[in-house]
Amino acid sequence: MTSTDGLLARTLREEAGPLVARLSRRFGDFDVAEEAVQGAVVEALTSWRRDGPPDRAGAWLQVAATRNAMDALRLRDRQRALAARADPPDDLPGEGTDDRLALLFACCHPALAPEARLALTLRAVVGLTTPQIARAFLVNETTLAQRVVRAKRKIVSAGIALTVPPESQRAERLADVLAVVYVMFNEGFVSSSGPTQDRDLAADAVWLSGVVATSLPDQAEAWGLAALLTIQHARSRARFADGELVLLRDQDRGLWDHAAIAEGERMIERAASLRRPGAYQLQAAIAAVHATGASWAETDWLQISVLYEELARYDASPVVRLNQVVAHAQVLGAEDALRRLETLAEPLATYHLFHATRAQLLTEVGREDEADAANRRALELTANDAERRLLTTRLHRGPLDDGS
Amino acid sequence: MKYVLMYTSRPDLDSSADPEAAQAIYKRVYEWFGENAGVMADSGAELLGVETATTVKHDPNGAVVVDGPFNEAKEVIGGFSVIDVADMDAAIAVVKTWPMLDLPGVAVEIRPMVEDYSHMEG
Repeated sequence: MTSTDGLLARTLREEAGPLVARLSRRFGDFDVAEEAVQGAVVEALTSWRRDGPPDRAGAWLQVAATRNAMDALRLRDRQRALAARADPPDDLPGEGTDDRLALLFACCHPALAPEARLALTLRAVVGLTTPQIARAFLVNETTLAQRVVRAKRKIVSAGIALTVPPESQRAERLADVLAVVYVMFNEGFVSSSGPTQDRDLAADAVWLSGVVATSLPDQAEAWGLAALLTIQHARSRARFADGELVLLRDQDRGLWDHAAIAEGERMIERAASLRRPGAYQLQAAIAAVHATGASWAETDWLQISVLYEELARYDASPVVRLNQVVAHAQVLGAEDALRRLETLAEPLATYHLFHATRAQLLTEVGREDEADAANRRALELTANDAERRLLTTRLHRGPLDDGS
Repeated sequence: MKYVLMYTSRPDLDSSADPEAAQAIYKRVYEWFGENAGVMADSGAELLGVETATTVKHDPNGAVVVDGPFNEAKEVIGGFSVIDVADMDAAIAVVKTWPMLDLPGVAVEIRPMVEDYSHMEG
């Protein structure tokens, strides 16, 4: 990603969401508004890359999107286009935080298909284009576009409002929003796209999690997620060396963004002060212990193990239990951890990190042949280039270390 | 906006419910309709059992009449209501308090109603 692209991305994600919300209100049609902004984003990418971003990027986008919306309405409904033109455009670019939040809640609405929520959020709230999203998720552009169209039509025809839910429903609906942001980050973090990205999804997710937390400052889990993503992202510079994935234990900790880690820790404290513990806060706490350890060996594994016990009470999914085993191995040794790992063999049979972790533990106890077989299985199951290379290296180099 | 609520249940699971608890739920259903009288629009209906259903189906040689519901699903529609509320969230909020949801197999489908036929004119 070039620095121009980075600047474009930051500008677009600041402006796109609030603009979609404003135009939806003005034209009374979310579908038209979202399509109009998407068109303006595509125009901006071409024009701004060529000429550089204009001085008033927000106004530029608004003019382009409004023109697109008027054109679409003229085709669809002459009457409404005339009415909209008569309306004074009082909606100049402004703060837009509440608008963006309302839009986000609509895009992550439980009445929408789960697989459409992330795509729609990326387009409408974060200002990504359909081709960018399709590349990031390795999905067919047409399929993705259809998914987005269906979701948008449902928002319009089923009357899904662009509003922040009332207090009584907020925590429940927020869980759906946070889940989408979490998946967005993970997609960017493991870069399942390979090296083709021109948008840093992980950075976009960190930004969005911060937007949510600062807009809903009394929601502990919103701070928890913001803390988690901030701390994980702070390690991103150390995660790859020459395109190769570097495991946590081997990472150059000097490359970590320690200011961001400290920021993440402040967010954890802020969340804790609200006294509403939750899964994201616990994951953030675990990430913070990792991020503040002087080295892999000097990490406070006992604390991590305890935090995983606690996390399993909120989320007893096999993946959480797998991570628990990794921590457990550091405290009580590989033999014991291997025994615990066997209970996960069935639910995680097709999860590459299960086999990678197992290979690691088998190597530690000297069962090399079995370790090789497990590494091969992990390799078969991973779709990501960098992870694939890492596992290949392991197979050829023989004994290597951790599976995180 | 108007939404049709379609109340469905799984008759095969009826026997699993405790009769006394079910009785209490029916009473709450009655109260629920009272509490939500303000959003009820048009007419709704409670339907007789699915064993009374008759279906008329397309057939290349002309429509045929058959015994039974339109599809052989485990879920059967027991009735419907039309509500008029601000938006989907308001509809969901109403439906979430439907007392029968305490019974296994019960579901309520929410479908927006077509209200604007202006595109059919001219």
